[in-house]
This record gives sequence, C-alpha cells and structure tokens, in this order.
Amino acid sequence: MNKKLVVNYFQFSSKSILINWDNSINNHILFDVLSFMQAIKLSDKSILEVRNTYCSLLVTYTSTIDNIYSEINSLNLIYLHKKKYNISEKKIWKIPVCYNEYFGKDLVNISKNIKLNVEEIIKLHNENTYTVCFLGFLPGFLYLSNLNKKLYFPRKSDPDLNIIKGSVGIGGSQTGVYPSNSPGGWNIIGNSPIDFIGGDFNDKISFATPGDLIKFIPISQDDHKHILNNLGSYKIDSEVFNG
Amino acid sequence: MVNVIKPGMFSTVQDKGREGLQSYGIPQSGSMDSFSSDLGNRILGNAIDTAVLEITMVGPVLEFESPTFICITGADLSASVQNMNIPMNTVIPIKSNDILSFGALKSGLRAYIAVLGGFKTEKAYDSRSMYKNLTKAIKLSKNDTLEISNETLFSDSKLIVHSVQEIQNELIATKGPEYSMLNSNQKNFIISHDFTVSNNYNRMAVQLTDLLENNLDSIITSAVLPGTVQLTPNGTLIILMRDCQTTGGYPRILQLEERAINSVAQLKKDSKLSFNLKI
Repeated sequence: MNKKLVVNYFQFSSKSILINWDNSINNHILFDVLSFMQAIKLSDKSILEVRNTYCSLLVTYTSTIDNIYSEINSLNLIYLHKKKYNISEKKIWKIPVCYNEYFGKDLVNISKNIKLNVEEIIKLHNENTYTVCFLGFLPGFLYLSNLNKKLYFPRKSDPDLNIIKGSVGIGGSQTGVYPSNSPGGWNIIGNSPIDFIGGDFNDKISFATPGDLIKFIPISQDDHKHILNNLGSYKIDSEVFNG
Repeated sequence: MVNVIKPGMFSTVQDKGREGLQSYGIPQSGSMDSFSSDLGNRILGNAIDTAVLEITMVGPVLEFESPTFICITGADLSASVQNMNIPMNTVIPIKSNDILSFGALKSGLRAYIAVLGGFKTEKAYDSRSMYKNLTKAIKLSKNDTLEISNETLFSDSKLIVHSVQEIQNELIATKGPEYSMLNSNQKNFIISHDFTVSNNYNRMAVQLTDLLENNLDSIITSAVLPGTVQLTPNGTLIILMRDCQTTGGYPRILQLEERAINSVAQLKKDSKLSFNLKI
C-alpha cells in the first residue's frame, strides 16, 4: 500500500505557484504529479503553462495572482477531485542508439571503474524501459528514470565543452540524450541520430510527453549514418503501452 | 532593409520571447530589460511584442536603406545618426542611407533600438528572440541584412516621456522555495550585504562575487524562472536571467520581482547590489 501523498503550495513569483511533493524520485509521486497537471490543464483557469519535474509542478497564470489563498484553495480542490493517472494511453518510443567506442567516448573509462565490460554496459542500458519524467535543461532534453543501479556513474567534475548532438550519457543516477551540441558533464556511451526537437512531430514541439516510455534500440554505425542522412523521412517507431 | 556595418559587442534581436514553452525545455528569452524594450515600442506606437535590437556595452553601426522612425531606450550608449547626437526615449526620423552608430557607454549596460513596425528576422516557435539551436543566427554579424517593416506612416502617438525607470541597486525580492533552509546567519548576510557583480554575466545568468558560507546540498531538479537567485554548493549566488534553463538543481533562495530583473539587466561587472526582501 502506497502511503498517502502530501502536497504543499508556494507562491514562486507574482504569476506562478510551485506545488511540492516529498523530495524523492519515484513513479508513485510522478504519476500523482502528472494526474494533477492534467486536471489543472482541464480546469477553466487562465493558465499560461503548467509544467512538472520529478516531484513538483509549476503553475504559471496569464496575469498576476490577486488572492494567493483563494487560488491555493481552488487548486487543492482540483487535487482532491482529480482522476487517478491513466498509464494505458501512454506510448513507448523506440529510440535508435549506436553504442560504440567511436561515439561513446567514455565507455572504456566507465567500464574500468564499475567493473563491467563494454558489452554488459550496453546491454544493461538498452534492456530497461525508461519513463520520461519531464523536459528541461536544453530544448527537447528528456529527464528519464529507471537507470539500472549498476550503471550509476558520477558526472565529470570538469564538464566537456562540447558534447555533440545525440550523445547518450550517464550522469549519476540519470541517463539521457543531448538534443543539441552543448557543454555537459555526463559520461557518453553512444549516440542517437534522431531529432529530439525541431523534427517533424505532427506539429508537436517534442515527440514525447511526461509519462511516456523510452526504449533504446541498439543500431550499427552504418544504420546510424543511414538514419542521419535520411532524417527528413525518418519516423520514430512507437507503440501504445498496455500496462 | 538595415545593413549591419559593424555588429557591436553582442547585439541580438529580441521580443517577448517564448512564454509557455518551458515544459519543452525551451527558455523564455526576450529582452533582458523588458521595461526599456517595451518603452521603445510604446513610443513608436508599435505593438508591445514587436521585435527590437538589444545591444550590449558597445553598439553596432547600422545603415538604413529606406526612411523609417526609430527610438533608442535603456542604457545610454551615446547614439548618433549621421554623426549627430540623438536624444533617447523619443521618436527619431531616419532618411534613406542614414547611419546609426554609438559611442561611449554613459550609463547602464544594454540599450534597445526599436524601429517602426519592428525587425522582421526569422521566427522560431513564434518568437524572433535569438537563441542557440532555435534560431539560425544567435547574434548580429558583420554584413547581415535585417529586414524591417516598410511602414513609413508614423502614427503620431504623442507619447512624451518625462522620466524613465532608474536602475535600482536595491533589488526587491521575495523568498524562494528553499529560503527556509537557510540559517539565520545566512539570512542576515543576504539582506545586509552589498554584493558585487562578477565578470561572469550574460543573458543566462549574473554571478555575484561575494561568497555565502554554505552547507546546503543540491536539490532534486525543479523549476526555475528568470529572476530566481540560486545558491551553489561553494556559496556563490547566481541570478538567473531571461535565457536561463527551465530547471535547475541548486537551492532557490530568492525570487526577484520583474522590475529588479530589469535593473540587473543594466548592471555590469563590479556594480554593487543588495537585496530588499519583501515578506
């Protein structure tokens, strides 16, 4: 039996309220966050945006909040009457990744330190299904959960100045894909040729939404090159999750 | 058309930015000093979300191919047209082939060039604000040509500006989500100390030099906003600005009010600032 969740409300700026859950990263909290987010979006409030992280929601209004107490009461009513999170409508996105030492500059170093060979690291990384918790850090960057504990590996103390677009990395207990060239401190194990932002996603800005699932599919360097050269016609494979 | 003869130190096209897209990791962006940027548009009778040029410390040299009207607001960078000084915060008529240039920085850091009808550069996600990986250009370069509206009829708005908002060094702030984690010494230090702007200041963030004794851990990644003041593990205070990331992992100890963010946009290295915490 999951313990009852407690939320608290904090006025973050003149136009926004931050809603906090217990500080922890797990699906019980995440799905409660996501169902609250959905309920707020469906309400009749004048809201510019609602966005979530692992255990918080930020509600930004179109204008200055007049009465913070009545607004918090009204949000809490929405919370108390919201529906349970429905996972069955979610998608599993299949993301092609070329894992090798050419793209994965840090594979050998991780391997030495965590006492697993490169093949085992690759297997452990692509056999898990990850949950998209939220987007942040860079446009199109997906914060994923469910990295195998054996692959936890600390961030670099000296970040790399240029990690190339598509790099798949491990930073502490997190894993993810750099959607654009960027400085960064994660250890790189492979590269995905696809676009995470700016691609053809049926008018959506990102193909994935929080709550979706991600599966990394290992591909060869030739396949990587082929997808990269034909990105315009590449459609990300997905299926509806039946959990 | 406007021809960029010299780009200046760091000149970008800005409008109101990309509100409401932070859930995709897209920063808000927009003019650093939104008050000054809005003022220029208002004086010209432009819509408030019309794109302007934000120029920093050293201004550009621009040639206008056709007649229009402009207005300079924000920092005083000794603007001139055809080498004749022009006043700020007022409508300036421009003739074909006029050259707009700038001189010494007399006050502030960032000035705004508003033009009748606005700059018509590339849009990304409904905004012309330049940002790496979203727009092709991330700043003005030599020999760029900027399309402008070909409106020449000035809707004489008769707006007369008697005084403009002064740059405040006392920044009005409210408590941030992690303020309550600070001990009383830290809280006292924050409200009583005169902080100094470091040489690390840009459109993403302004870092302060004075260190706060700190033993707070990082937090689980959560939302941040322009105006959020973060405290890093080594005790550095970082004021997030318009191009900041959407999420962060450092404790968020203060949140600046909009007017204070505009003031920080005008503070350069070695400027002093203090925090006035509104309860």
